[in-house]
Amino acid sequence: MSFFSVDNLSINFGGIKAVDGVTFDVKKGEVFTIIGPNGAGKTTIFNLVSRIYQPTGGKLVFDGTDITNVPPHRIAALGIARTFQNIELFEHATLLQNLLLARHAHKKSNFFSELMFLPSVRQMELEHREAVEKAIDFLDLQQYRDSFIVNLPYGVRKVTELARALCTDPQLLLLDEPSSGLNVEETEDMAFWIQDIRTLLGITVLMVEHDMSLVSAVSDRVLALNYGRPLAMGTPGEVQSHPEVIRAYLGG
Amino acid sequence: MCRGRKLVTFLQLTLNGLAVGCIYGLVALGFVLIYKATELVNFAQGDLLMLGAFVAYMAVIWWGLDYWLAFLISVVTIGVFGALLDATILRNVIGQPQFAVVMLTIGLGAMFRTFASVTWGSEIYTLPTPFGGVWQVGGVTLSHQYISIVVGTLILCGVLYVFFNHTRVGVAMQATSQNQLAAYYMGIPVKLIFSLIWAISAGTAAAAGILLAPVTLIDINMGLAVALKAFAAAVLGGFGSIPGALVGGIIIGLIELYAGATLPEGFKDTAPYIVLLIMLVVRPQGLFGTMTRKKV
Amino acid sequence: MRFQFKTSYNQDIRLFKDRIDTSWYGLLAVAVLAVPLLMSDYYVGEATWVFIYAICGVSLMALVGYTGLVSLGHAAFLGIGAYAHAYFLQHGVPWVVSVALAVTITTASGIVVGLPALRMTGIYLTIATLAFGVIIQEVFSRWESVTHGFAGMPVEKPTIFGVPFHDEWAFYYLCLFFLVLVLWMTRNLLRSPTGRAWIAIRDSEIAAQSMGVNLAIYKSIAFAYSAGLMGLAGALFAHKIGYLAPDIFTILLSIQFLLLVIVGGLGSLHGAVFGAIFVALLPPLIAILRDSIPASMNEAAQAMNIKLLAIIGEGIGNFLKKPGVEAGIFGLILVLVILLEPLGMYGRWVKIRVFFSTFPMYRGATFKRQKSYMRSERLR
Repeated sequence: MSFFSVDNLSINFGGIKAVDGVTFDVKKGEVFTIIGPNGAGKTTIFNLVSRIYQPTGGKLVFDGTDITNVPPHRIAALGIARTFQNIELFEHATLLQNLLLARHAHKKSNFFSELMFLPSVRQMELEHREAVEKAIDFLDLQQYRDSFIVNLPYGVRKVTELARALCTDPQLLLLDEPSSGLNVEETEDMAFWIQDIRTLLGITVLMVEHDMSLVSAVSDRVLALNYGRPLAMGTPGEVQSHPEVIRAYLGG
Repeated sequence: MCRGRKLVTFLQLTLNGLAVGCIYGLVALGFVLIYKATELVNFAQGDLLMLGAFVAYMAVIWWGLDYWLAFLISVVTIGVFGALLDATILRNVIGQPQFAVVMLTIGLGAMFRTFASVTWGSEIYTLPTPFGGVWQVGGVTLSHQYISIVVGTLILCGVLYVFFNHTRVGVAMQATSQNQLAAYYMGIPVKLIFSLIWAISAGTAAAAGILLAPVTLIDINMGLAVALKAFAAAVLGGFGSIPGALVGGIIIGLIELYAGATLPEGFKDTAPYIVLLIMLVVRPQGLFGTMTRKKV
Repeated sequence: MRFQFKTSYNQDIRLFKDRIDTSWYGLLAVAVLAVPLLMSDYYVGEATWVFIYAICGVSLMALVGYTGLVSLGHAAFLGIGAYAHAYFLQHGVPWVVSVALAVTITTASGIVVGLPALRMTGIYLTIATLAFGVIIQEVFSRWESVTHGFAGMPVEKPTIFGVPFHDEWAFYYLCLFFLVLVLWMTRNLLRSPTGRAWIAIRDSEIAAQSMGVNLAIYKSIAFAYSAGLMGLAGALFAHKIGYLAPDIFTILLSIQFLLLVIVGGLGSLHGAVFGAIFVALLPPLIAILRDSIPASMNEAAQAMNIKLLAIIGEGIGNFLKKPGVEAGIFGLILVLVILLEPLGMYGRWVKIRVFFSTFPMYRGATFKRQKSYMRSERLR
């Protein structure tokens, strides 16, 4: 029984098969990367996993439960968190509020106790704050705690998104192009963090990435896609030297 | 006999509804043009209509000009005014939250009403038109006023259609509303285009105001009621669709007249909104609109 | 410049930031409590209007400023609350029960409006609430067995548990109590998961969803809460105005509420109160100026022997006396605020505070916003 498995997943957008019969499974504790040229359907797979899109065919099984028909807001509570390619932070809130929101799946209070701010709510808030502070320490975000996201530079926002995903206490972390828009040093930092997330926190990582140096540095296994269909799967080295993959990237 | 009279009443209502609907359609067209190009929602559209009617009134009554000349003066004046509005105020708020812009235009509308009330007074005025007569066709009264509205709308739409599809400027406008940045890179003067679009939609509103003047008479609040219904029409048609705006306008006009004649008092003004609500629940994107989702 | 030294997480949760903050609010409380002792009934009455408008402002702030859902139909909720309260009072229901029922009914109607609204966004939602407002207003004028239609409906003065609140000062304290309660409850929500979920929905629905926020539930809560507060404001409004008629609760009133939250400053509770002060006090201010400007200009003209001043004063007075001028002044201020200070009065207040606390090191660019290209909201 694998940790997370995608079985024959497909979705059509008005006749275009964006994802067409993709099958793979992710083992607990590994870093699994999906690569492919633009429009290969990588992000679409992420949107299918986080249930923003409804697949036209196939099955998603996470930790023994079928999540193919789970509504999108239940995904976080199951232990799957994600980041977004083009950063979807809550821009007019502080970094702290952004991270606290990620604790939403773990809230135990109801509306009326919050209305009165009963001691139980305060207690819960303090616990959430502690969890959030751990993520802040882990990713060195202390100095930005009370800044509004709109005022933060791009690189920090990218890290904030990672922190927000970690605050949900995930077992499976989906990273959508974690290095896009980052400079070389920031990308190196990102590579170290991804390794730390795997080894120190024991979180399984499923990643979409273009930067092959980052892919080779952190991935255990790589899946190459083109036009929504799987081309090759294996270690980073194997996939990079696969003739189909080379043809997909270089044309011909 | 009874059945025949019912048919006559029905035809009469349809004709009148069509005429009122055309006005809503024209105003809705103004909403949609501006929205498509700049993503601003102009709630002052109805007040531009009111200003247009007042300018024509002033030209005819105060200055003693011919109706057609007054028509032209009014459309051009309000058109230029629309362009100036864009150049001085609205261009600065592009990119701000939609809601802020809606409120901005609501504020402008209130200022226009005050301006009108101070300049022309807050009484009700009549604009004399050359369309006084009626035709009797098999018991149905075809009032020239209503016919002038329908014909005027058809002519205006025809002109706009030709302009948008067969002139360089029109095509440039279409390009601009598709992608502002790309249009700019292709050498289209985007700012000028925006002002032109404002001019066109303000001019359309003025024309609608003059056509409407004999039906509702002119007063400072004539625009508000029309704008709300026209806004409903634009949404009904799917905000952002030009044919949708016209069809939506006619649907609202017809519903209003049918409901006023057949249902108890009070439904004349609410029936269009009830239909709109039901429609939005069933099809939130409107008749001709498309639902798009943000890509992540 | 003041630095806050933080030693516990509780410091970020509590109502007032630090001791200095607390003492300022204490001072404000004393001042507000002292108003009826020091001022005439006229001013106490106007201040009561500020409190009622402030409750409306908080209601709309929760929905528009925090959840990002724009409603053009909030006057209808106010009306539902007002009519329900007046109806129950007429039928001998005790005051507290009547208010509770009015709030419950408006909350329920908020949920009913909110349900179809879940599928709509942006401008479609705005027009749907507008349609709701128009329909409800028509209901007020036609449902004569309850509302008495255009004949109007008198509202008796409040008597709670046998204690009469008939005097201006007594009603002032009653409204103040409810305003403080509403502010406290809303602040509580904002510092707990519900408020954060609202903010998340406002800024990015997709990310909110992925973090576990059930959009349907939290949008409904926002609508219900906002409508419920409006119902409470409506009950107080009914007493204050004394006579209910359908043409009070028009779209123009809804627009005035939106104006209140914008001028006050979107996304802050301070803004709701600032906006209420502005909206409630501008009309009496105009009325005062209308009479005092010509008179004082005339005096000045005689003193300095310049006739022109008197003529100008007369002109301004006549202009202010014209019908519809008030709406135009509101419009002008709205336009100026959106163009020059999109964060409203609260934004200006923050800037002034920062200016003084960093003096003389204030940098003009502190609040400079990034130049924005046209950002598409079609895809939200």
